[in-house]
Order: sequence, then C-alpha cells, then structure tokens
Amino acid sequence: MTETFYEVMRRQGISRRSFLKYCSLTAAALGLGPEFAGKIAHAMETKPRIPILWLHGLECTCCSESFIRSAHPLAKDVILSMISLDYDDTIMAAAGTQAEAIIEETIKKYDGNFILAVEGNAPLNQDGMSCIIAGKPFQEQLDHVAKHCKAIISWGSCASYGCVQAAHPNPTKAVPTHKAIKTNKPIIKVPGCPPIAEVMTAVITYILTFEKFPELDRQGRPKMFYSQRIHDKCYRRPHFDAGQFVEKFDDEGARRGYCLYKVGCKGPTTYNACSTIRWNEGTSFPIQAGHGCMAVLKMVSGIKAHGMPD
Amino acid sequence: MSVNSYESHSEPSVYVYEAPMRIWHWTNALAIVVLSITGYFIGSPMPSLSGEASDHYLMGYIRFIHFSAGYILGVAFVLRIYWFFVGNSVSREIFFHNILKRSYWSELWHEVKWYMFLVKEPKLYKGHNPLAILSMFWLFLLPVIFMIFSGFALYGEGTLPGSWANTLFSSWMIPLFGGNSFTLHTWHHVTMWIIIIFVMIHIYVAVREDIMSRQSIISSMISGWRNFKDDGKVEDIKDDDR
Ligand code: HEM
Ligand code: HEM
Ligand code: SF4
Ligand code: SF4
Repeated sequence: MTETFYEVMRRQGISRRSFLKYCSLTAAALGLGPEFAGKIAHAMETKPRIPILWLHGLECTCCSESFIRSAHPLAKDVILSMISLDYDDTIMAAAGTQAEAIIEETIKKYDGNFILAVEGNAPLNQDGMSCIIAGKPFQEQLDHVAKHCKAIISWGSCASYGCVQAAHPNPTKAVPTHKAIKTNKPIIKVPGCPPIAEVMTAVITYILTFEKFPELDRQGRPKMFYSQRIHDKCYRRPHFDAGQFVEKFDDEGARRGYCLYKVGCKGPTTYNACSTIRWNEGTSFPIQAGHGCMAVLKMVSGIKAHGMPD
Repeated sequence: MSVNSYESHSEPSVYVYEAPMRIWHWTNALAIVVLSITGYFIGSPMPSLSGEASDHYLMGYIRFIHFSAGYILGVAFVLRIYWFFVGNSVSREIFFHNILKRSYWSELWHEVKWYMFLVKEPKLYKGHNPLAILSMFWLFLLPVIFMIFSGFALYGEGTLPGSWANTLFSSWMIPLFGGNSFTLHTWHHVTMWIIIIFVMIHIYVAVREDIMSRQSIISSMISGWRNFKDDGKVEDIKDDDR
C-alpha cells in the first residue's frame, strides 16, 4: 500500500504537533472553519498520498519562487514533502535522464490518479521548438502527462491565460494549458504573477485532502481567493469612501496613507486575495507599500482578450 | 396670408405624449443628469479632503447617489418598455425607424436641411421627426440600455457573487468584455459622453424647434398636447407607420 500523507510528513521529520498546527492553519486559510481542521487531519492520516508532477514550460519561475516562500514554514515543509518526491525539475534533486524517468514511473504507477501542476506555458509555433525539455518540445511532454493525470492545476498567469510570452504579436504562439493540451481534463486556474504562496499551498492541500477542486468561479479560479476585488477588502478603503486621495506620490496624502485611486490604483477592478493574505509572510502588498495595485493578473487576462490567437 | 390678430384662425391640437411618457421623460432626464455628474466624479474624484477618514464620506455619498439614480433610471426604463406595449403610437416611435422606406430617407434629408437653415418650412409631425428618431435610437436608446446593463454589472461586482445584480448582469457582462472589469469601466465611461452629446443636441434642438417650427415642442413634453401654430391643415400632419 502507498503511504498516507501523514506518514510521508512524519518521515520528513515533521512532528505530530506541527502537523496538527498545519491542519488548523490550512482550514483557516481555506475559510472552512475550525471543525474542518480535524477533517483535514483525518484525511491526511488515512488517504494515500496523491503524487504531483510539476512541469515547467515557458516561464520565469516566479511561481515556484513564490511557492517555496509560503508564509508558514510548516506549510512549506509539509507541502514540499508531499510533492517534491515526484517531479519538479527546478527543486528536485534528480537531474537529466534520471529526472525524466520519474515522470514515466509516476504515470505507470499512478495512471489517472495523480495531479499535474503546470507552471508556464507551451509555445506551438515552429513545432514547439521555443521550449525544449529533455530534447522534446514542452508541448509534447505536457500533452503526454495531461493524458494520464487526474486533474490539472494551472499555476500563474502563464499557464492560466498566457501572460507576457503570449502578448501580441506572440511569435512563438505561446498558449495557456487549456489550449495546449488535446485531452479534456478538469483544470483549476490559479493566476497571478506570481500567485500568492498561501493561495498555492491552500489550493494544493484542498485538492489533496478532499480529492476534488474547491468551488471555482466562472473563469475556473478558486472562489475563496478570487471572488473579491482588492478594493473590496483594502485597508485604505475608508479613505476612498471619505474622498481622501493621494494626488502625487510625495504629497501629504501619500504620507498619511490615503487611497491611491487617483495615482492609478487598479484595486477596484482586480480580483485577488492580496489585500487579505498579503505577501511575504503577510508582511505587505503593493498598496501597503504606497504604490497602487498594478493588476498584473488583470493586465494579463487583458492580453488574452485582445488578439490572442485561439 | 398674414394673420390678423383680430381675425379668428384655427390652431389644431393633438394629444401626443400621455402622462406616463411625460413622467418617464423628466424622471429619465433628471436621473441621467445626476448619473453623469456623479459618474464623472467617480471616474475623476474631486480634490482630496484632508483630516481623518472618519470625518468624511464624500466618495461614499457620490457613489450612493449614483447607484440610487441608477436604480431609478433602470426601473423607469423597464416601465417605459411596458408603456411601449400599452401606450399610443408615439410611445413606439423611438424604437424603430424603417430604413427601407424611401420616404423615411427623403423626410430625413428634408429635416437635415431644415436644421441647417437650408429650407424655409419644416414638415409637421404629430410625434417625432425622422432625424429625432434616428438620434434617439442610436445616441440615446442603445447607449442607455448599455449603461443600465454595464452599470448593474459593475454594481454586481461590489455586491459580490450570489447577489442578484451579479447573477443577472456581472456574470455575463464581464466575460463579454474579456473578463476584464477595467474594460467594462472604460466603456461605461465612454458611453456617458455619447449620451451627453445626445443631450446637448437634444436640448438645443428642442429649444430651437420650440421657437422656429410650426408646432409646440417643449410645452408638449409638459402638457402632452401638441399645438400647431399656423393654420396647419390636419391632413398635413405626418403620423404614419414609420
Ligand atoms: C438628460 C436629459 C434628457 C434626455 C436623456 C432626454 C431624452 C428624450 C427622449 C428619449 C425623448 C423621446 C421620448 C420618447 O418618444 O420616448 C425626448 C423627447 C423630448 N425631450 Fe428630452 N431628454 C432630456 C432633456 C430634455 C430637456 C432639458 C428638454 C427641454 C428643453 C427636453 C425636451 C424634450 C422634448 C420637447 C421632447 C419631445 C420631442 C419631440 O416632440 O420630438 N428634453 N427626450
Ligand atoms: C446614463 C447613465 C449613467 C452614466 C452617465 C454613468 C456614468 C458613470 C461613470 C462616468 C462612471 C465612472 C467610470 C470610471 O471611470 O471608472 C460610473 C461608474 C459606475 N456606475 Fe454608472 N453611469 C450610468 C448608469 C449607471 C447605472 C444604471 C448603474 C447601476 C446601478 C451604474 C453603476 C455604476 C457603478 C457601480 C460604477 C462604478 C463605481 C465605482 O467603481 O466605485 N451606473 N458611472
Ligand atoms: S505566471 Fe507570470 S509570473 Fe508566474 S512564472 Fe509566469 S511570468 Fe512568471
Ligand atoms: S488604494 Fe486602491 S484598492 Fe485601496 S481603496 Fe484605494 S483604490 Fe481601492
């Protein structure tokens, strides 16, 4: 029998106490309420571990960088112990042929029962030559693994929408995951450049423990993190409602922390969780640093909207 | 023939704008003025207020007034559509113009020349003239429908998924604009200027026609009656199935 999550974690040196802390932390992050901490713990103790293959296409690795900086060190350790065992060419120990062999091994062992996480996207022009993994176009690897997986996580704006590589005129014809694969698999999009680390770990935990996707919005993003605008939960919102704005970046209003609407804040039209979860262990986010939201996430879906070839 | 004030002459009148039409017209006009002013200040807020946030609620009030006027505009428009079905023929005029009919274009051309001071005599109309209908359809009717749909779609973003505005409007309007609420904001804003251009032309023409044409104009939208000022023969009055 395959190991359970809990066994894997214990083997990685995580104490039971830490494990329980992690379970309640995750329940809270997912907005599930305290009673779910026990459920998560139970699931982790009894369910066999679901492997994850994490593929990298055209990308800048910011998704991975964000992921390994998940606020709670526990979350990071736990999740990493759950996934790094399989395949993630950036952070795994194995390299070259050895590494590629793991993919085939996982497919053979867990056919139709593992999760495919995609970071970056696949270029289709020039026979996919613009992104070669182990001597073959990334598109082939992606399609191959997608055929055998259970479900797909599209990390970041690249895999979700296309991001910078897919911007007009898109010479390599980089396309997001759902347009690159030929099979019809359930896909959850976790956009952002990069997505927030806690959002990433929470999404993985949810999928692994409940063996299903969290509730998705109409764009295929997890509702619990992408259903509200930055503006809806922004701590500067009282200044917006009061009519107190930063007019110039060095004025009195800027020093007093007024609303950044007039200096171009995109918070009112951006759906993400930055204003609640924040970044870098909850330290700050652009608006808190005195700069408006830049809506990288939205800009990117804007690129998709304008002239992205299907 | 000069009209001798001592001689009696006839000034035929017809009842054109029923009460619900008139009430709708002025409610709608007021709502649009309020929406344009508040909308403008939502897009380009007034100079920043100082002090504590708890002392002010300026943007909050502006937005509240915008949304309230938005509801009024929307409800009034729905009632106007109801009146399309039960009102008189004039209540249906701005919804159609028969572009396939020759006389529509010749009358339209006549009206254009009349507005450019190129012909001496305007034609008589019981309801709206062809040019009015053209502008009311393209510069008012379609834009205002878009404003109501886009307005409630933006409103639904604030009331969050699950709310009626989000379900009925945001759920499909935002994907229609590339899933990008910023694009929708921009169109909501630009369309305001289309409506403002309509309103400027509309008011100019209403005042001008009130003075220069052969029929009452502004007072008709108040009393409902259209008076024909000269000895107009009732047969001259155009009231066809445009
Ligand atoms: C925001 C401002 C306004 C809007 C959006 C507006 C819109 C309209 C519309 C849509 C109609 C056609 C009614 C129908 O048949 O359904 C109309 C008719 C009319 N409006 Fe306005 N209106 C505005 C302001 C005004 C003002 C300020 C005046 C007075 C100076 C005015 C005078 C009239 C008159 C006289 C008519 C009847 C025109 C005719 O008989 O051909 N409107 N208006
Ligand atoms: C003729 C009608 C209308 C005009 C001229 C108008 C005008 C405007 C303008 C100029 C903006 C600012 C857009 C921007 O620059 O971001 C705005 C925002 C908005 N309008 Fe309207 N609007 C109209 C109708 C409506 C209606 C019917 C509703 C529905 C309740 C509505 C709801 C909103 C909302 C929710 C916003 C965004 C407010 C915010 O971001 O804080 N509008 N409107
Ligand atoms: S989504 Fe954007 S951010 Fe993440 S790897 Fe891609 S380029 Fe970097
Ligand atoms: S700073 Fe940006 S997100 Fe925050 S209240 Fe102002 S406009 Fe909204």
